[in-house]
Amino acid sequence: MSADLPLLSIAIWLPIVGGLWVIFAGRRVSDAAVRKDSMLFALASFAASLVLWQRFDNANGGMQLVERMAWIKPFNIEYSLGIDGLALPLILLTTFTTVLVVLAGWVVIKDRLSLYMGCFLLLEGLMNGVFAAQDAILFYVFWEAMLIPMFLIIGIWGGPQRVYATIKFFLYTFMGSVFMLVALLYLYGKAGSFAIAAMHEVPLTLAEQQWIFVAFLLAFAVKIPMWPVHTWLPDAHVEAPTGGSVVLAAIMLKMGGYGFLRFSLPIAPDASASLDWLMIGLSLIAVVYIGFVALVQQDMKKLIAYSSISHMGFVTLGLFIAFQVAAASGDWHQSATGIAGAMVQMVSHGFISGAMFLCVGVLYDRVHSRQIGDYGGVVNTMPVFAGFMMLFSMANAGLPGTSGFVGEFLVILTAFKANFWYAVLASMTLILGAAYTLWMYKRVMFGEVASAAVAELQDIDGRERLILLTLAVAVLAFGLYPAPLFDMMNASVDQLIIQISHSKLP
Amino acid sequence: MNEILTVLPEASMAALACLVLLVEVFRAPDNRAATFWAAAMAVIIVLAEIALWFPQGTTLAFNGTYRADVMATVLKAFLMVIVLLSFFYARDYFERRGRAVQEFFILALFAALGMMVLISAHSLLTIYLGLELLSLSMYAMVAMDRDSPSASEAAMKYFVLGALASGMLLYGMSMLYGVSGTLDLSVLATQVAGGKAHLLYTFGLVFVVIGLAFKLGVVPFHMWVPDVYQGAPTPVTLFIGSAPKLAAFAMAIRLLTDGLAGLAGEWTTMLVLLSVASMAIGNLVAIAQTNIKRMLAYSTISHMGFLLLGLLAASTAGYAASMFYVIVYAVMSMGAFGAIILLSSASTESERLQDFAGLAKRSPWLAFLMLILIFSLAGVPPFAGFWAKWFVLKEVVAAGYSWLAIVAVLFSLIGAYYYLRVIKLMYFDEPDPACAVINAGDDVRLVFTVNSLAVLLLGLLPGTLMSVCLAAMLAYNG
Repeated sequence: MSADLPLLSIAIWLPIVGGLWVIFAGRRVSDAAVRKDSMLFALASFAASLVLWQRFDNANGGMQLVERMAWIKPFNIEYSLGIDGLALPLILLTTFTTVLVVLAGWVVIKDRLSLYMGCFLLLEGLMNGVFAAQDAILFYVFWEAMLIPMFLIIGIWGGPQRVYATIKFFLYTFMGSVFMLVALLYLYGKAGSFAIAAMHEVPLTLAEQQWIFVAFLLAFAVKIPMWPVHTWLPDAHVEAPTGGSVVLAAIMLKMGGYGFLRFSLPIAPDASASLDWLMIGLSLIAVVYIGFVALVQQDMKKLIAYSSISHMGFVTLGLFIAFQVAAASGDWHQSATGIAGAMVQMVSHGFISGAMFLCVGVLYDRVHSRQIGDYGGVVNTMPVFAGFMMLFSMANAGLPGTSGFVGEFLVILTAFKANFWYAVLASMTLILGAAYTLWMYKRVMFGEVASAAVAELQDIDGRERLILLTLAVAVLAFGLYPAPLFDMMNASVDQLIIQISHSKLP
Repeated sequence: MNEILTVLPEASMAALACLVLLVEVFRAPDNRAATFWAAAMAVIIVLAEIALWFPQGTTLAFNGTYRADVMATVLKAFLMVIVLLSFFYARDYFERRGRAVQEFFILALFAALGMMVLISAHSLLTIYLGLELLSLSMYAMVAMDRDSPSASEAAMKYFVLGALASGMLLYGMSMLYGVSGTLDLSVLATQVAGGKAHLLYTFGLVFVVIGLAFKLGVVPFHMWVPDVYQGAPTPVTLFIGSAPKLAAFAMAIRLLTDGLAGLAGEWTTMLVLLSVASMAIGNLVAIAQTNIKRMLAYSTISHMGFLLLGLLAASTAGYAASMFYVIVYAVMSMGAFGAIILLSSASTESERLQDFAGLAKRSPWLAFLMLILIFSLAGVPPFAGFWAKWFVLKEVVAAGYSWLAIVAVLFSLIGAYYYLRVIKLMYFDEPDPACAVINAGDDVRLVFTVNSLAVLLLGLLPGTLMSVCLAAMLAYNG
C-alpha cells in the first residue's frame, strides 16, 4: 500500500459510495445480497480506519494524514482533511459501531432493507467526514448532511410516534446548526479563511468571542445534548429503531463534544473561560437533575436516553472545568486530566450506551414492548442475555474495571481540584447511575416471570451473542487497560491546552 | 450591422417565434409534435448563438438602450436551458391529457423574448418594453385552460394586479425621467450621483421598488402569487415559477444597482423590510397549505425574500450571491413543479400534498429525486439550495447585517418544517390507494432526473457557478 494513499478520503467515501450502491442496487437483488454487501462495506470501512490508526503517530499532537484540495476556489474553501488524537478515537468508534449496527439489523428489518442498510452506511461516511474535516464549511456540510439519513431512519423504521420524534430531532439540530453557520461566516470575515486552523489563530475581542461561543453552544449543546435543550433526545431515542438509537447515542452525541473541543474551546478560549460558570452549571444540572429524571422512567429506552444526557454532562464538565482547575492549581497540565477524562467518557459511553440500546432491542424484538412493567423474571428464560446485560448495566453505573469508570473517575478527580462541591455533585452520578440502571435491571430480569410472553422467550442466538460479546470485550478492555486510548490523544490534549491557555484577545 | 449582431439572440428569437407560429398554422392536424420540436429547436438555436458569441466585454447598442454583457449572457443561457426543459415537462402534461395546447410553446417563446429584452435593457423604456412582452404572454398562458374556472380567475387576478404593478413602475419611471431628463440608465446614474439630491428621485424610487416587488412577488405585494400558482395549469406554473425570476432579478440589478446606485442608502432600507416580511409571511403561511402548488407559491415568496438579502448587501459579491441564488432557485423550483407534472395523470392533477403520500413505495427513484429537490429548497447541504443560502448569508454578514442573517436563518428553520412534511409524506406514509398510476413518459422522467441531479451536482461542486456569478458581477460593476 503506498504511503500517500488518501486514507481519510477512503474512510469517508467508501461507506458513502457503498451506501448509495446498496440503496440503488439493493432493489434488484435479494435481501441476502444486500446484507452481505452492507457487511462488506462496513467491514472494509472499519479496516480502513484501523489502517488509519496504524499510520497514526501518537507522539504528534498536530494534524496528521492531511489531505488538501481546492474545492470552492472563489472563497478558498478547501476539501481539507486531517486527524489528531481527538478525532481518531471517534472515527474508530464510528466504523466499529456501524459494523455492529449492520449486524443488529440483519434479520430484524423486513421493510425496505436496502434503504435501511444504505442509510447507515451513508451516516457512517458523513460522520467520519465530520471528525476529519479541517475546513469549517466542509465540516458544516457533513454535519448537516448527516441529518438526512438519520431523519429517514427514525421516520421510516421508528415506533408509533416516529414522525413527531424525527421532525423534532431534525428541527432541533437544524436550529442549533444555523447559528453555528452565522458564527462561521462571521469568523470568515475576521480570519479571511474557512480553515479551522486559521480560525484558531485569529484574535477576537471578548464580546465577539462571547457571541461566537453562544452560537456554537446552541449547535453543540443541542447535539450533545445539554439541559435544557435535551428534550429531542428521549423522543428520538424511544422512537428510533434499535440501530438508530445506537448510532445516535454512540456517535452523534459525541459530535457535540467534539465540536466543543474543535471549535468552542480553541476559537473562543477567553469566552470559554468567562462563561465556564454557565457550562459547569448546566453540566451539573444534567448530571444530577437528569439522573433523577432517569430514575422515574417506565420506558427502558427513555431511561437509557436520560442516562446518556446525564453521562454527557460529565463530558462538558470535564471540558469546561479546565479553566478553574488551572486558576486554582496554577498548572494547566492539571486540566489535561479533565479533558482526557471527557474524551474517555465519550468513547466509553459509545460502547456502553450502544450495548444498552442493543440489549433493549433484543428484548423489544421478542416482546415488542419497552415498558419495564411488561417484563420481570427474564433471567429465567434468557440466562446468557441476562449475564451480558448485567455487565453493561454495571458499566453504565460506572463500576471500576469497566470503561464507564475511567472517564467518570478522571473527571471527578479533576473537579476536586477546582471546587470541592463540583466533585460532590458530580459524584452523585455514581449513586444515581447505579440506582436507575440497577433498579431497571432488577425489575426486568429478576422476580416472578411476569407474563406468558416472557415465559416463552428464547435466549439470544449466535448473531446477538457475537454483537454483545464484541461490546463486552471492548467495555472490559478499555476499563482494565485504557492506555492505548490515552496514548492516542495525550499529545493532542496537550496541544489543546496550549491553545486554550493563551488569550486570543487582540 | 454591428448592432444587429449584438442583439442577435433577441433578433433570432423574435424571428423564430414568428416562424413557429407559422408552423403551428400550417402543420398537419395530427402532427402535434411539429410545433413542440420547432419551438425546442428555436430555443436550442438561440442558446447556441448565446454560447458561441460570448461577449468579451460590455457593448451598448441602439443608442445605449440595449446592453450586452457577461451577466446578461449568463442569465440568458440559463434562461434558455430552463425554457427548453420546461417544454419537455409541458409536452408530457398536455399529451397525457390529449389536449392540443400548442400555444403554450409559442407564448413561452414570446415570454422568453421579453425576458431577454428585460435582461439586456439599459434604458427605462427597454425595461418596460421587455416587462410588458413578458407579462402579456404570461397572462395569456395562465388563461390558456379556458374551461377551468380557477385558471380564469387566476388569470384575471394576475392581469389586474400585474397591470397595476406595471402602472406603478411606469409612474416611478416617469418621475425619474421628469427630474433627470433621461431614460438611459448610465446617464440617470450620473445624474443621481452627481446632481443635487431631489425629493422626486426618492419618490420615483419608491414606485420603482413597488413595481419590482410586485414582479418578484415579495410581501406585501405577493397577493397574486398563491392564486396564480394554484390556478394556472401546472406547466404554466412551472414556467412562471422558474424562468421569469431570472428576468426579475436582472431588472432589479439594472434599475437599482445601475440606474439608482446613488440612492442605495434608501433602497437598502426598503429591501430590508420587504425581505424580512417575505421570509416571515412566506414561511409561516406555507405551513398551513394542503395544496402543494400553493405551498410552493408561499415558498417562492420566502425565497424571493432571501434573494433580496443579497441585493441589500449592496456589494459586488452580494449581487453575485443573489444571481447564484436566482439561478439555483429557478432550477430547483422547476424540478419541484416538474414532480407534480410527473405524478399527475389525465384524470388527476395530483396537486394535493396527499398525492405525494407513499411515493417512496410507488416509485423509489422519483421519491429520491424529489427528496433532493425538497432538501435543497429547505437549504440543507450538500444540495445546491444550501450554497445559495450560504452565499447570500455570507455577504449579508460581510455587509455588517449579522442580525439580519440571524433573522433569515430563523425563518429558514421555520421553513424547514413544511419541506420536511413533504419528505414525511413521501417516505413515512403509506400510498393512498386512490392515487393514480404514474404513467409519465420516459423523456420527461429523464428530464426530471437530469434536473434533480443537477441540483445535487451543483451542491457538491458549487465553485464554478459561483465564480461565473462573481465574474459577471465584477464585469458589471468594474
